[in-house]
Parts: sequence; structure tokens; C-alpha cells
Amino acid sequence: MEIIKIGMADLGVAKPPSRLRTTGLGSCVGVVLYDEVHKVAGMAHVMLPESTLAKNGEPTVGKYADTAIPYLIQQMQKEGASIRHMVAKLAGGAQMFAFLGTNDMMRIGPRNVEACKLALKGAQIKIVAEDTGGNCGRTIELDSTNGVLQIRTVNQGVKEV
Amino acid sequence: MANFTKFGDFQFDVLREIGNIGAGHAATALSKLMQKEIDMKVPQVRIIPFDEVADCVGGAENVVVTVFLRVEGDSPGNMFFILDMDSATHLLHQVTGISKTVQEWEEMEVSALHEIGNILTGSYLSSLADFTQLNLQPSVPGLAVDMAGAILSYGLYALGQTGDFALTIDTAFFEGNDQVKGNFFLIPDPDSLPILFRSLGVPFDGDY
Repeated sequence: MEIIKIGMADLGVAKPPSRLRTTGLGSCVGVVLYDEVHKVAGMAHVMLPESTLAKNGEPTVGKYADTAIPYLIQQMQKEGASIRHMVAKLAGGAQMFAFLGTNDMMRIGPRNVEACKLALKGAQIKIVAEDTGGNCGRTIELDSTNGVLQIRTVNQGVKEV
Repeated sequence: MANFTKFGDFQFDVLREIGNIGAGHAATALSKLMQKEIDMKVPQVRIIPFDEVADCVGGAENVVVTVFLRVEGDSPGNMFFILDMDSATHLLHQVTGISKTVQEWEEMEVSALHEIGNILTGSYLSSLADFTQLNLQPSVPGLAVDMAGAILSYGLYALGQTGDFALTIDTAFFEGNDQVKGNFFLIPDPDSLPILFRSLGVPFDGDY
């Protein structure tokens, strides 16, 4: 069984029996898509909400919610997935330092979650599970055989959605 | 992508010196608090992909105790004071006499470590302000005990908008018998580097 590691601002697609994993999500959001019929899984580690925030040059596709999600869908379609069968799960978007809540840049977690939801809505993909917000870091792992998402935090242990 | 190609050895030396002076003052403050000798390593100035930033402190999933503050003023950026769990326990014990492990901490312990972090990052920043003659102010610091990746990513959002690499000034320190060791991290915002260089009279025409 292969575990494919997804880095920050990166994305990837897997087929059974591989797993997709990303570590240390803070206010970044882990977006996972799964097509149960064709058994194709995808994961993106989104760092910022909108590609319009990019200040110079070509934005890195995987970094922004509004570019990462459409691109992830495309990559999954190349592997035989169909958008009609895709469902989404979200994890992350925490606010690690509560006191900074007033600063727009520091409220990045909730903004990332909102932007992911908007992009998923645009693609008409249903969100079936969500573990977002709070003030803890998360590590997530997606099983491409069944679409189960494992979420690990420091204080609350491991849960599956 | 950010342009780091205009960085020469001289620029790197200057950034290392910033780490040296800042962390040197912080280490002196720590030494006074603990009444022990504190040594520090030569600062590491790295230009690395975001993913590798957390590798400097044991990887993205490694649980660390961190005091974080935002640097405001002429040359904004982010500052982190990072300790592993054992070091945080020892440090708290040395300074306050409280002997509780991180898992047992309550408000009092968190508040004490918060204040220690505040003093140390404050001395780093004020020495940097003196040295550069720039107006630099610390935000209210925050404390978190969590995965290093989740915490350090907070220092990267401003950089994320201009490129895929971070410039970090990382200074490790340790107490003589290694009971307390940790790191000071300064991650300047992209627009701050030219300002830092200019304040020190260092030629720099890059568009980092």
C-alpha cells in the first residue's frame, strides 16, 4: 500500500489501494474528493482563499481554493472519475492563535473554509463531512478504497469521517 | 515566483547577523531568567519551500510549544519562539519552580510561559529595532501547543501571495546540559527585506 504525501499548496490523485495524506494542517484546508463508483480519490492542501491574492506572476494552482478545486476535479476526471459521483470532505481551517482574530490576514482559516465551500458549490459537489475551525492542527489521511477520511489531532486523537 | 537570485553572500551574511544580534539578546535575557548559561548556534538563513520550514523543528507533525507574534511597523514579519515539550517543561520549572508536564498545564502555567516567550521575543525585536533604527512593534503574543506544521504555516501566508519559498532566519539555542533547547524564527514579509537591507546600508536591488 502506497501513501502519497501531499505537501502544502499541493494536490494529488490516488486509486486503490493507495492512500493520500497531508500533515500539519493549521489554517490551511485539506479538501478531499471521492468518487465511490470509479474509486478515484483526490486531495488538495489549500493555503489561501483566492488566486486574486497572488501578487506577481503565475499563481501556483494548488495554493488557492478557487484554482485548486477545479484543477483537482480535472485531474480526477483524467483518472476516470465522474463529477456526478464526487463527494467532498473538508478538514482544517483552524485559528491557531485566537487573539489575532481581528486581523483579516490572520483570520485566514475561516476564509479558506468559505472559499473551498464556494468552489465546491460552483462545481455542484456535495460536502458530506466537515471538521473545520477550532484551534488545533490536523493531519488527514484518505483511503481511496472506501473514501474514509482519518483525522488526527494532538488533543482529540484520531477520528474517521 | 519570488526572485531570490539577487541574493549574494553579502546579503546572507547580513541576515545571519540580524539573527545573531536578535537571538543573542534573547539568549542573554533567557540566561538571566534561568540563571544558567545559554549557548547559541550560528544562525541559519534558508530559502526553502514552504513544506520544509517545519523540518527545521522536527517535521510538520512534531508537537511543539510556540510563542508567536506578529512584527508590525516599518518592516513587518512573523516571529516564533519554539520549544520541544521537554524543554518547555524544564524551562517553566527553572524559572517558576512549577514542575508540571505540558499535558498538565493549566491557565497559570500557560500564562507563565506566555510571558517568558514575550520577554524573549521582545528582546530579539527591540535589539533588531535598535540595530536597524527601524520602528518595529510586537503584536500581543499568542501561545500554542500543537503540530509544528500547523503553527509555522501562520508565518507563511504573506509569503504565499508572492511565491512558493520562505526566507527564514533560524537561531537555535541550548542550555549547557541540553535540558532546554529551542529556536527563534524570524520570517520577514516579502516587502520587508529591501527595507531591512536599506536600513543597514546594504545594496539590494532584488524584487524579493
